[in-house]
Amino acid sequence: MKPEDRINRRDRIRNFSIIAHIDHGKSTLADRILEKTSALTSREMQDQMLDAMDLERERGITIKLNAVQLLYKAEDGKEYIFHLIDTPGHVDFAYEVSRSLAACEGALLIVDAAQGIEAQTLANVYLALDNDLEILPVINKIDLPSAEPDRVRKEVEDVIGLPGEDCIPASAKAGIGIDEILEAVVKKVPAPSGDPEAPLKAMIFDSLYDPYRGVIVYIRIMEGTVKPGEKIKMMANDKQFEVQEIGVFTPKPVPKEELTVGDVGYMIASIKNVGDSQVGDTVTHAAKPTAEPMPGYRKLNPMVFCGLYPVDTNNYTDLREALEKLELNDSSLQFEAETSQALGFGFRCGFLGLLHMEIIQERIEREFGIDLITTAPSVIYEVTKTDGEVIEIDNPSEMPDAQQVDHVREPYVKAEVMVPNEYVGPVMELCQRKRGDYLDMKYLDENRVNIVYEIPLSEIVYDFFDALKSNTKGYASFDYELIGYKESNLVKMDILLNGEKVDALSIIVHRDSAYDRGKIIAEKLKNLIPRQQFEVPVQASIGQKIIARSTIKAMRKNVLAKCYGGDISRKRKLLEKQKEGKKRMKSVGNVEVPQEAFMSVLSMDENK
Amino acid sequence: MRKSIYIHVPFCEQICHYCDFNKFFLENQPVDEYIDLTIEEMKHTVKKYPQTNAVETIYVGGGTPTSLTTEQLQRLLEAVPKHFDLAEDVEWTVEVNPGSAGTEKFAMMRKAGVNRLSIGAQTFDPELLKAINRDHKPEQVEETVRLALEAGIQNLSVDLMFGLPDHTMEQWKNTLRRAVSLPITHISAYSLKIEPKTVFYQMMNKGKLKLPEQELEAEMYAFMLKFLKESGFDAYEISNFARGEALSRHNLAYWNNDEYYGIGAGAHSYVEGLRIRNHGPLPKYMKSVREKKLPYLEIHEVTFSEKMEEEMFMGLRKRLGVSKERFEARYGQTVQKAFPGVTEDLKKAGWLCETPERFMLTEEGILLGNEVFEKFLFASD
Ligand SMILES: Nc1nc2c(ncn2[C@@H]2O[C@H](COP(=O)(O)OP(=O)(O)OP(=O)(O)O)[C@@H](O)[C@H]2O)c(=O)[nH]1
Ligand code: SF4
Ligand SMILES: [Mg+2]
Repeated sequence: MKPEDRINRRDRIRNFSIIAHIDHGKSTLADRILEKTSALTSREMQDQMLDAMDLERERGITIKLNAVQLLYKAEDGKEYIFHLIDTPGHVDFAYEVSRSLAACEGALLIVDAAQGIEAQTLANVYLALDNDLEILPVINKIDLPSAEPDRVRKEVEDVIGLPGEDCIPASAKAGIGIDEILEAVVKKVPAPSGDPEAPLKAMIFDSLYDPYRGVIVYIRIMEGTVKPGEKIKMMANDKQFEVQEIGVFTPKPVPKEELTVGDVGYMIASIKNVGDSQVGDTVTHAAKPTAEPMPGYRKLNPMVFCGLYPVDTNNYTDLREALEKLELNDSSLQFEAETSQALGFGFRCGFLGLLHMEIIQERIEREFGIDLITTAPSVIYEVTKTDGEVIEIDNPSEMPDAQQVDHVREPYVKAEVMVPNEYVGPVMELCQRKRGDYLDMKYLDENRVNIVYEIPLSEIVYDFFDALKSNTKGYASFDYELIGYKESNLVKMDILLNGEKVDALSIIVHRDSAYDRGKIIAEKLKNLIPRQQFEVPVQASIGQKIIARSTIKAMRKNVLAKCYGGDISRKRKLLEKQKEGKKRMKSVGNVEVPQEAFMSVLSMDENK
Repeated sequence: MRKSIYIHVPFCEQICHYCDFNKFFLENQPVDEYIDLTIEEMKHTVKKYPQTNAVETIYVGGGTPTSLTTEQLQRLLEAVPKHFDLAEDVEWTVEVNPGSAGTEKFAMMRKAGVNRLSIGAQTFDPELLKAINRDHKPEQVEETVRLALEAGIQNLSVDLMFGLPDHTMEQWKNTLRRAVSLPITHISAYSLKIEPKTVFYQMMNKGKLKLPEQELEAEMYAFMLKFLKESGFDAYEISNFARGEALSRHNLAYWNNDEYYGIGAGAHSYVEGLRIRNHGPLPKYMKSVREKKLPYLEIHEVTFSEKMEEEMFMGLRKRLGVSKERFEARYGQTVQKAFPGVTEDLKKAGWLCETPERFMLTEEGILLGNEVFEKFLFASD
């Protein structure tokens, strides 16, 4: 391409993300935009087209950002090149959003016409502002009977400070307002700046591992031009590679002859080692490097930790590889090796939140075929010992003996809950029960209230989210940020099976709730652990003191039912399944414990 | 050696809540064509897999064979000897639901050669019958037995179930008492197992099914063993009891790991070392036979190891267990050699016992049968 063609093309590029609170309709809107612009036939089209992972499709949520190139013929007669990045709405994946935004000049801010502004709406607006993006507000789902576009328009004006008349009313589902949105993108989102002839400066905003082609990096070209065959280097570690293929997503990957300023696409350069390319790093030419790398991203620190162990101990190395590959396109994931007496070799992993943890676990099981045992999530506690030494523990089994502990501090978050008026009572009650300290309460308008509490992170991790949902019929939205450590009266509770302590089941709890939690866990385990050939006592203890107990009765009967019409294969399958099931259990002492049991300490609803 | 035939009649007038058999609601089904096609299948089958012996046992099961009209059932039954050579003393069983066959049907069956009935009584408790959605009344079992005897069919078995929802020991004892008071020769008794795709499965997942604890089930089983023994029924298999010589020779063929033909939708066969499953859905089955094909959904060639596994986990169901001599004759090695350590471990656990001639389950081993059988599966990887 000639230099002036590159400039001309650059001026017709529009890069934008779609941001919103979870479920406000980002992916559905992306579908409509895809239909209006790209070459996808309606046969190729599926709902939430960009949610490519099975997991995303099943859960109906976006987990990973997704970038596509689209061609749009605007009213002014010119053809524009859009790069659209769909992003997740859930707070746990905010990191994905921040990376997407760094690759864009504008953002479509979707607000649900019935729900109005919610916690993640605001969080994403602030991210967009930080990145200097042009924000285009869209009020979606106006087809809903409960839609109140005028109220939401006013909310946008009052709470976010964007002019209400700029809001585009739309329905992603019914296809209303899509043309207006596309025209607004053309008119309001600035074209990329940057010199196509300058040294290459491309930012890696995501990457993934392909077993055949190595690491595939997703890049946004800020300056310069890159072509296959060129030698490039990663600025963080100076490692050099030869570009094999570059291209864009439509959403299918389509190879191109060059990527230049404003392009959002992919690059393959036989990068075999997953550690060699880091998200946030800058790619440049080896021979003629750019002067300064991009600032990169702020790495978010994990807040929730748990142990991940392969059910089959032979899979330990596979698990390590799986984690390394996932880390590649999810740099908020952290892990280090650890061992448990009960579970053997595994990893202590750090996540941004519970959903993040669940998703990673599921991806490992599905994409890598490794069966996992997950221990109950924990936070990082700060323990001051009687000898003055201060240690940090993210694994309850590391807690020193009670006699050696002077005091324990735990992380607190500032939790903001946004709810309709009528739920203020239940929300405050819940926050109190979760050991929260009241900070503030503000009316956003006549109907919506923002309640602010300081709450121990461990309580959030435990079941706050579920409890909040059930206490407010799902109307509450919720966001939190870490604010620091506070002292608490915490103790370690151990679980004993058949008289033997199971380290992987220990948890740290507030002394006041230890008895209740102990009772619930003992009951849960009794129901989750199948009957064994002998009776198994289940006990919860603090130090030497048993605070709760239950008993798993011995198995009495297990015989095949009716032999029907000579269907021997069915009997065989049943026996094989039974045998397979036992293999998936962990033998602790001489008790066979199923995977779910290790998580059970987590999922407990006190209200039930 | 192949001397048994199973024939499947997949129609029922009412669907029981626990049932996951291959069956269809009778109304509006192409029953007549189905019968024609099963007869077709018999023809193709013997052509492909010729008989090795005269047929010694036939079992017509379902579904509900007696939901057919007398004419329909007659057509089906009379086709069997036209396509297969039957032994003089063939044991020929038909499954009967109480109330679905009367004098005329029984007389026809007798004439066609049927000499044994398996009567689906399940329980004599009217409430429980309702709870499992059987459409007969307890008295109809007695009525069925009487009519069958009048028609000259003397070898009668009754099917019972225990471990039903809210089942009490009292109800179970009553059912057993009523069963043994009948002039029957055989009892089969199975505990309820909740299978996917049944009404009970749905209920269980919604927390609406109260099943007895294992302890009670075990007690029910123990009581049955004792009671049936006192009443002159010999427990020759985990769930099967016979007066005198009236063992089910057809079922013994399965447990002895012998081969058999299977005819009809969803039927299973074991021929020339192949375990074959027919298409279950009627349209599939029928289309395939109509097109002159054998209606096979899957064919599995049983490996040598699988044969040994099956010999054990089927054979141990019998009170007499597995014969060492027979095992060695069939597989050229001892049980201990084929399954190193397994018999020793099981004996130590108190679940298996050994005589110079055979291996068999202990009383405790019977209750934990699946735990024992599992040990005789070679690790899959
Ligand atoms: N009635 C109505 N429903 C809509 C509209 N747009 C989206 N939805 C529905 O809202 C739900 C969520 O839509 P998504 O597009 O998956 O939302 P999202 O914002 O991408 O969600 P996350 O990626 O998980 O944050 C789906 O059930 C959509 O069908 C709309 O305009 N009207
Ligand atoms: S009669 Fe037999 S086959 Fe028919 S539904 Fe009941 S249990 Fe199932
Ligand atoms: Mg989405």
